[in-house]
Amino acid sequence: MVTVPNAIFYVFTFLSIFIQVFLIVTFFDKRKQIVIRKEDITLKKYPKVSIIVPCYNEEKTAYKTIRSLLNLNYPQDKLEIILVDDGSTDGTWNVLERFKNYSNIQMFRKENGGKHTAMNLGLERATAEFVGGLDADSFVHPEALKRIMTYFVDQKVMAVAPAVVVHQPKNVLQKAQKAEYDFGVFMKKMQGFLGGIYVTPGPFSIFRKSVFENLGPYKKAHNTEDQEIALRMQKHHYTIEHCPDAYVYTTSPDTIAKLYRQRVRWIYGFLKNAADYRELFFNKKYGNIGFFALPAGVISILTVIYVFTSLLYTIVTMVIDKIAQVNAVGFSSLLHIHAFDWFFINTAAINLIAVLLSLALLFSLLLGRKMVEGKMRPTMGIAYFFVLSATLAPMWLCKAVYRAIFAKQTNWALERAN
Amino acid sequence: MKIDWTKYILSFFITLAIFLGAILLSNYFSNKKLSQLQNIQDKIATDILSSEVENSLLEEESCTDVTNSVLSGELGSLADKITYSENNIGSSDELTSLKKNYSLLQIKDYLLTKKIAERCKLKFAFILYFYTTADDCTECVKQGYSLTELRNKYPALRVYSFDYDLDLSAIRALISVYKVPKELPALVINGKVYSGFKSVEDIEKIAPALKDTLPKEEKKAAAKITPTVSPSEQPVADTTEPKI
Repeated sequence: MVTVPNAIFYVFTFLSIFIQVFLIVTFFDKRKQIVIRKEDITLKKYPKVSIIVPCYNEEKTAYKTIRSLLNLNYPQDKLEIILVDDGSTDGTWNVLERFKNYSNIQMFRKENGGKHTAMNLGLERATAEFVGGLDADSFVHPEALKRIMTYFVDQKVMAVAPAVVVHQPKNVLQKAQKAEYDFGVFMKKMQGFLGGIYVTPGPFSIFRKSVFENLGPYKKAHNTEDQEIALRMQKHHYTIEHCPDAYVYTTSPDTIAKLYRQRVRWIYGFLKNAADYRELFFNKKYGNIGFFALPAGVISILTVIYVFTSLLYTIVTMVIDKIAQVNAVGFSSLLHIHAFDWFFINTAAINLIAVLLSLALLFSLLLGRKMVEGKMRPTMGIAYFFVLSATLAPMWLCKAVYRAIFAKQTNWALERAN
Repeated sequence: MKIDWTKYILSFFITLAIFLGAILLSNYFSNKKLSQLQNIQDKIATDILSSEVENSLLEEESCTDVTNSVLSGELGSLADKITYSENNIGSSDELTSLKKNYSLLQIKDYLLTKKIAERCKLKFAFILYFYTTADDCTECVKQGYSLTELRNKYPALRVYSFDYDLDLSAIRALISVYKVPKELPALVINGKVYSGFKSVEDIEKIAPALKDTLPKEEKKAAAKITPTVSPSEQPVADTTEPKI
């Protein structure tokens, strides 16, 4: 029976399955070009790289972040580290001062102005041909920079995004995020193949400095400056690559409240930036970013919200029915266990399609895991990811969509402060 | 930036194949289910016909074998499956026709069982239940649960449920014979019509004879219920049981 809600469901699931199929087809098409290096490599040339570390109240993690930069397997005289304290109110500056004797480290302290201002100060001071940032809650794999630099051999490549993975996930929430980030590595690599990367993550994306010289510095961009710069580059047909073996470990939110705030900011930023760069959508001039990557982002958000709403409706209907049952004959009736009969398994097309969509998503998650961990075996984290996507994710998606429509700003400083 | 249209077209057709595959598979299962319903119905029809023939053959002579014969025990499970199919497969001509057949079988079963019960002095209780699927009838949902519960409690109780809006002359005849009102749910108990939701306790009060249908030891447990009828449980229409 095709009703209006069913028809909408069919459209969303069709598009969502299309997205997964498209990614998987891309994977099988390009899989031989995915390079995952386990061994150390040597570069013919080591270009100078400036890394900016913007810090705001990150006394707990900043030390480890800077240490990881100093431990990079890259000639230290070719590595310029610029630490910017963006008006921290905790002991962050004291932590930074511990590194003042390093000849390749510069330190700046300024009034709080937001991450983009800290990055821009760093950009002004950077002297290298290549620049990048590293959020002060993340740290890098010793080989990450060398692996990234191999992509710049191609003169057309203007920026390279790393593989951001979750550092030592402890609780259920972090394990779910680990699966999600691994999936993100797969997604980003496929987007890279398609020329559709629309985020150059704050942790350790490396750019040619000419990007900023030609296109201008970072903008506030709805508190997601790392999305805006990528879209600006796409608009100017700059190539962004993804390096799936340049691991950057990030500290993932360990509570629902923190995760919720972070995700509202991300999704809100994505929607606002996508709206700012709407000319990219379905514009032949911009290729796959406009025909696939950006629409896929929007469709995924809408699908999760729609599926969640339908699920909620089903659950509410079921509860009302159970209440009617209890009202009619009491609680004991709920305890009757009916004998199993395959007849009562819901085999409606809509349900089979939902199962297929989940399987396609699971396959992509496993491919992501294979790229990061080298094995495809499913983990509990993947199960947690599905639970998270069906329960909490719709909340922040709805909130972000609501904010985007009614143009309320997300508070990055508040998120960082908590 | 080059767009690889082949990839878009290939992905589109793969997605379409997945979609059509799911729809075909779902149709296959639906047909399987409908044919299962048809099989159950055929079996019931045979059972009823067999009982009818048996009844005609034995007439007044013996009642011993009648009690052991299978009196359309699968009617209840068929009802559940038809309701489920209506909700989940959606209405189709095939399903409506199955439902009409089912209603006719119920009426036949009712008439026959009543006849056998009278002739052989068997303790059977009968409830005719009229519901609707046309409107959002929450009381009907509740009534359904209460009757299921009652049937579990009293195995000798036979509940026959009829969709008030089903376009079937036999149902129209039943409605006119018992003067069933449009306010649903409605129950016909001992030839009297009751409109609105009736709980298990209400029905036990209306029909105290129900507990007589239980085996002796269970009767004691059920005896606690006072067999009085409150004003709200008075029948809305007082009709005489038709002569069958």
